[in-house]
Amino acid sequence: MSFDTAFMLSTLPAFFKAVGVTLQVGVIAIVTSLLVALLNATILVLRTPYLWRLVKGYVELARNTPLLIQLFFVYFALPSLGLKVSGFAAAIITLTFMGGAYLTEVLRAGVEAVPRAQLESGRSIGLSEGQLLRHVILPQAGILSLPALFANFVFLLKETTVVSAVAVPEILYTTKNYIALYYKTYEMLAVLTLLCVLIFLPLSLLLRYLERRLQHGQFGH
Amino acid sequence: MNPLIEFQGFNKFFGQHQVLADIDLKVQAGEVVVILGPSGCGKSTLLRCLNGLEEAQGGSLRLDGQELLGPDTDWRQVRQRVGMVFQSYHLFGHMSVIDNLLLGPLKVQKRERREAQAQAEALLARVGLLDKRDAFPRQLSGGQQQRIAIVRSLCMNPQVMLFDEVTAALDPEMVKEVLQVIQGLAREGMTLLIVTHEMAFARAVADRIVFMEAGRILEQNHPERFFTQPQSARAQQFLEKFSFVESLPKTLHKELS
Repeated sequence: MSFDTAFMLSTLPAFFKAVGVTLQVGVIAIVTSLLVALLNATILVLRTPYLWRLVKGYVELARNTPLLIQLFFVYFALPSLGLKVSGFAAAIITLTFMGGAYLTEVLRAGVEAVPRAQLESGRSIGLSEGQLLRHVILPQAGILSLPALFANFVFLLKETTVVSAVAVPEILYTTKNYIALYYKTYEMLAVLTLLCVLIFLPLSLLLRYLERRLQHGQFGH
Repeated sequence: MNPLIEFQGFNKFFGQHQVLADIDLKVQAGEVVVILGPSGCGKSTLLRCLNGLEEAQGGSLRLDGQELLGPDTDWRQVRQRVGMVFQSYHLFGHMSVIDNLLLGPLKVQKRERREAQAQAEALLARVGLLDKRDAFPRQLSGGQQQRIAIVRSLCMNPQVMLFDEVTAALDPEMVKEVLQVIQGLAREGMTLLIVTHEMAFARAVADRIVFMEAGRILEQNHPERFFTQPQSARAQQFLEKFSFVESLPKTLHKELS
């Protein structure tokens, strides 16, 4: 079996760009998902009438349908409703739709993990509900949700490969292009796998390090 | 003199279940009242009502002459005057000791940091924990955390302190250091309402014992009289159960099989 190393190297400039697209889609989706989740989690925690049922419904819908189908819905079905979006926009919308739902649950679980006794002890020194939220609940909920939050960031970033299906020129799309043009299936998938490890592994390690530092800073072991 | 705290015909329900029934209790300023009774008799709930952590369903509750059971009661303001210490301390785990102590004085009472910090440090020194000023709760023993929790309440300069089984979660060795702090407060003339199962402590520190069962006050008595000649049959029975452990005969024979 031949293994064309020279060919693999020649594709690297194209992959440079592709990695840029992957990171761009991933980072934007993480930020927008987090914003959606903050809003939704607040609604859930405060049990805002009517709205919290809506949020619950959204979370269940988004978590129980496959990402690829959500993506096809946004990219292929919405135009027939008069809403035409580019592949890139469809990618961001879909990843936010799914990511927002997962992160909502993470944040809600974080708030609920703060012991009720902490609320009573805060109230007993006269804190208002707002002060309680700001000084007692949110700092502890944040720390409690960090591991799950970071795991979901990495998960979202990995899921960006799905958007290759709507021609967003990220790493998987670039790989499939080369395979289609040159039939170098083995080499290209090797490059792709290697790239994934190079991007996602350091990121996972960095987040784990951050998580430890932050938890240490907050609870002082 | 008007009582500092006055419960009158006070009722409290959890759903259909009545947990406090027709409570009449007066506490004078500077008095130390210890509430005894079997588990589930409502003694903790009584304290929690005084701090607004539980809502009452009838009767009257006055603090320094002010009726608290109305819709206009500003509980945030009341809680600054009524300090509460819990069984499991409930310090804020994400804050250092000094931040735990200053949260109320700075955010609720809007006091100046320098003055509040000086008070907090003086109180820490008094309970022997000034060197733990920058420690986090997790680094401290249960007894140390409980003493900090007491200081956290004291920093608000309350008129009365409520202690809800504050030594129940502690190792025997740590019970002493916490009880000494409470006894110190009693000596200084602070008004205290104490729920405890430490009978010897109750006898030593109390000006008056209140004995409760099934949501009612069965007996109010001077501690010496309560422990030597309780008036109610239920209190006698209760005290016998406690003295049973002390007078437990040594196991002499063991049948080994």
